[in-house]
Amino acid sequence: MKEKKSILTNGLFQSIVSAIICILLGLLVGYLVLLAINPAGAGKAIQAIVKNYLNYPTKMAQMKYLGNTLVKTAPLLMCALSINFCYKVGLFNIGAAGQYVVGIGACLYGALALKWSWLPCMLLALAAGALWGLIVGLLKAYRNVNEVISGIMLNWIGLYLVNTLLSNVKESTSPYTYALGKTNKAAMLPGGGLPAVFSNNGYVTIAIPLSIIIAVLIDILLTKTKFGYELRATGFNKEAARYAGMNEKRNLIMTLVIGGALAGLGAAFYYLSGYEQWEVTTSSVPGMGFNGIAATFLGGLNPIGTIFASYFLQHIMSGGSYLDKNIYPSQIADLITAIIIYLCGFVLFMKTVMNRMAASKNEKKLRRTGAESKKGGEKA
Amino acid sequence: MILLIQYTLIFAAILSLVALGGCFSEHSGVINLGLEGVMVMGALGGALTMKSLGSAPSAVIVIVTILVAALSGLAYTLLLAFACINLKADQTLVGTALNILATAAATVIVKAINMSEDSSNVSSTVVYTKANHALTTKIGGFSFNWFVAVAILALILAYVILYKTRFGLRLMACGENPQAADSVGINVFKMRWCGVLISGVLGGIGGIAYITAGVSQWKFETGVAGWGFLALAVMIFGQWKPLNIGLAALLFGFFRALSSVYSGIGWLAAMKIPSTIYVMLPYIISLIVLAFTSKNSRAPKAEGIPYDKSTR
Repeated sequence: MKEKKSILTNGLFQSIVSAIICILLGLLVGYLVLLAINPAGAGKAIQAIVKNYLNYPTKMAQMKYLGNTLVKTAPLLMCALSINFCYKVGLFNIGAAGQYVVGIGACLYGALALKWSWLPCMLLALAAGALWGLIVGLLKAYRNVNEVISGIMLNWIGLYLVNTLLSNVKESTSPYTYALGKTNKAAMLPGGGLPAVFSNNGYVTIAIPLSIIIAVLIDILLTKTKFGYELRATGFNKEAARYAGMNEKRNLIMTLVIGGALAGLGAAFYYLSGYEQWEVTTSSVPGMGFNGIAATFLGGLNPIGTIFASYFLQHIMSGGSYLDKNIYPSQIADLITAIIIYLCGFVLFMKTVMNRMAASKNEKKLRRTGAESKKGGEKA
Repeated sequence: MILLIQYTLIFAAILSLVALGGCFSEHSGVINLGLEGVMVMGALGGALTMKSLGSAPSAVIVIVTILVAALSGLAYTLLLAFACINLKADQTLVGTALNILATAAATVIVKAINMSEDSSNVSSTVVYTKANHALTTKIGGFSFNWFVAVAILALILAYVILYKTRFGLRLMACGENPQAADSVGINVFKMRWCGVLISGVLGGIGGIAYITAGVSQWKFETGVAGWGFLALAVMIFGQWKPLNIGLAALLFGFFRALSSVYSGIGWLAAMKIPSTIYVMLPYIISLIVLAFTSKNSRAPKAEGIPYDKSTR
């Protein structure tokens, strides 16, 4: 008899189902909160969040605002990849938020103060992020410092440093840095023909395809190369990896350097598009790095899955801006994201339940076939 | 100078309260990285209480505020305890989620309240000017904050509970070797629940202490600026021991206080060090301290590992 595996035990299927459950429950809680604040408009409000750019009637406007969502998806995807990559090696890179911040500081300083063009600015951001990751890596490898705590400390140090650094290139009448488009056009990322596709949305740049390509490359690096294999082995069991002759300290440090570089690059992908200026009085670490955690786990800890998860989360968060500001706070979208992250903690539990369901189904089937064959045996 | 001592004491009190919370949770075997979020929730509960109590007698304000803050923190840690103990979720992930969730939820709640009171007010700020005076009492020129007393009490209690009572020793056994604890009849799940809930109570009180230290309104969008994590650094520096935690908190509190009052101290102000440096100091110090103390850490051995009966 051909052994047929239950679809319930398929890893990909499990990841997708768990992600969908997380999303639906997150939206449900969001809807309940909307109901609690003002029952009359709640239905419309949750629709507005889910529809995001589809709230616009014309195709032109829809494409333009889809472009805006994608512009913000690129840095989110990069932060998510940073966390994803480190998680494979057993490291929780909550410092991605800080690596992202120093990336912002580096690329904007390069563009506005040093007047560099986009490529060196981008590399500077990458280097700054990598440096921030390196500190965490060194502390972890040689001083056994918990990467979550050192990451958080570096997030705040990075934020204050960047605020100070960028005060040199801020407008005299506002707390914002100079507009990139007016000060140094050469530092803006090239569009590569993409703006034309998105109703002449100039913020849509090569950053978007680049981030997707990087996601694929990370997937290949992790699954198809010796280095990636070593990293994953270190993540599974540090002692065993060392015993097998892998340099686990070097692997730890390399992982955080690469993770930091990814987050730093994400900052360049966003701030060199000119979409946003940095506010030098910012008093909290940008949420991009933290939302990256949500995207990573929602994407089933898989770089390719993370692409879709990042887009989805950004879609919801951008959708939050279509709420009626006089009735609902737009942070409800953040609340939904946070709940989704919390629920991602249950993914393991959901997978266990699915495995159990498959097992009990299988057992029933076995019992049935067992009973039949027994009957057959009696006949003979 | 008096101001410096005053600030050092209150910041040290906040840090030691929260760090003790972390200490209880970790001794039971659960890493509570969500302390930052617990602080926000405690702060929210406390701030709203103070706002509504307004001009009640001082003693009532102090007691009720602390109780509500503690309960808010406790209620919030239920989310962590259930996910991490019963469903064996990843403790780092759930803790982080709670931090993000707390800030988002507090912002939404405060905004919703503000908007319902005055439709043009879309800020996330709670004002509790009227009740704030109740939290301090003047002894000569020195303004003594009640939370300092609470923190000292908590330190003594924590020491007694952890080392002198059956409950405390059992709790610590669950963080060191839960399998062995279980084999002699200790209910590991129950102990871990207790540890996490205690961390919620202390974290909640620490939260309201933090947002009332020297200010009379709070913008909830900013959260608590990494103080939950600073407290964890204090806990590690204090090697998970209550008395050491108190001393570590004094050190950290001093550096934080310096950034608030340095402009008033002649020779420090004369050095013209940019104010950013002072703001960054607690974080930088904690990195350095961690670098020197984490190597030989005396962390509870089983912390962070969900307990599974079948591994006995």
